[in-house]
Amino acid sequence: MQIFDYIGYFLISVGAIFLFLGGLGVFRMPDFYTRVQAGTKASTLGAMSIILGVGVLQPEWFVKTLVIVIFLAIANPLSSHALARGTHKAHQKPIVKDEKIEDAYEIAEHKAEEKNIK
Amino acid sequence: MKKESSKISKFFYTWIFLFVLWMAFTTSLDIAELIAGVFISFIISLFTYKFFTTTGFSILTPKKIFYFIKYLFVFIIELIKANFDVARIVINPKLPINPGIVEVESKLTSDFAKMILANSITLTPGTLTVDIIDNKLFVHWLYVKGTDTETTYNEIAKTFEDILIKIYE
Repeated sequence: MQIFDYIGYFLISVGAIFLFLGGLGVFRMPDFYTRVQAGTKASTLGAMSIILGVGVLQPEWFVKTLVIVIFLAIANPLSSHALARGTHKAHQKPIVKDEKIEDAYEIAEHKAEEKNIK
Repeated sequence: MKKESSKISKFFYTWIFLFVLWMAFTTSLDIAELIAGVFISFIISLFTYKFFTTTGFSILTPKKIFYFIKYLFVFIIELIKANFDVARIVINPKLPINPGIVEVESKLTSDFAKMILANSITLTPGTLTVDIIDNKLFVHWLYVKGTDTETTYNEIAKTFEDILIKIYE
């Protein structure tokens, strides 16, 4: 079927574009957290789209690619969450432009520490 | 927290889930494949059913399945929106961001539901979950619109939590 070929190639191209934009985001963003943000979102949809495109081009692989896509949707945010949490625990502060915005997570951690000391 | 369902329900739920996963990976109805799948998923579910699910079959009611499918659609739309959002910010030469970490209070009680909420938040526009302490999610936000709990809840968590509450509570 020709139409499925077009859909498959379209999905792969869209995925490639999003992966490129994600890479550009990692390059342009100012600090670690914003870079992880750009990286996670674009790479999740980019990879999902490319894998689905391959599944559409090769119909006998479609169900397998679907399982991989679901796995990506679960695993990708988890890893970026672990990276962000580890960085925060290593006392790497996020960049803020507006000084009024306080780091809510740091405040909560301080409170928890004070409780433990008491 | 709701009462956990029985061991048998949990075990069979895990077994059937793993078997369906096996069938999805092998994509064949060959007798030998199916028998191997039944045995392997049986052995794995013997070891893992305690951790795999807390609800068992009680999650599979028509209403909950309907909301789950609705959730999937909402999630995919939000994911695509998030990507265009990132693309817009990255292409803009001025890089219009105003980042900061804010606190979001969740009404969910089930651990699994909180995990799904945190993952969904990470994949939606401009937000990244850093940690969960009790029922508070700490979210890194690309363009902070307000730090009080009401604004953050409405802007970040509301779309997903309205549906998740109906599934897991």
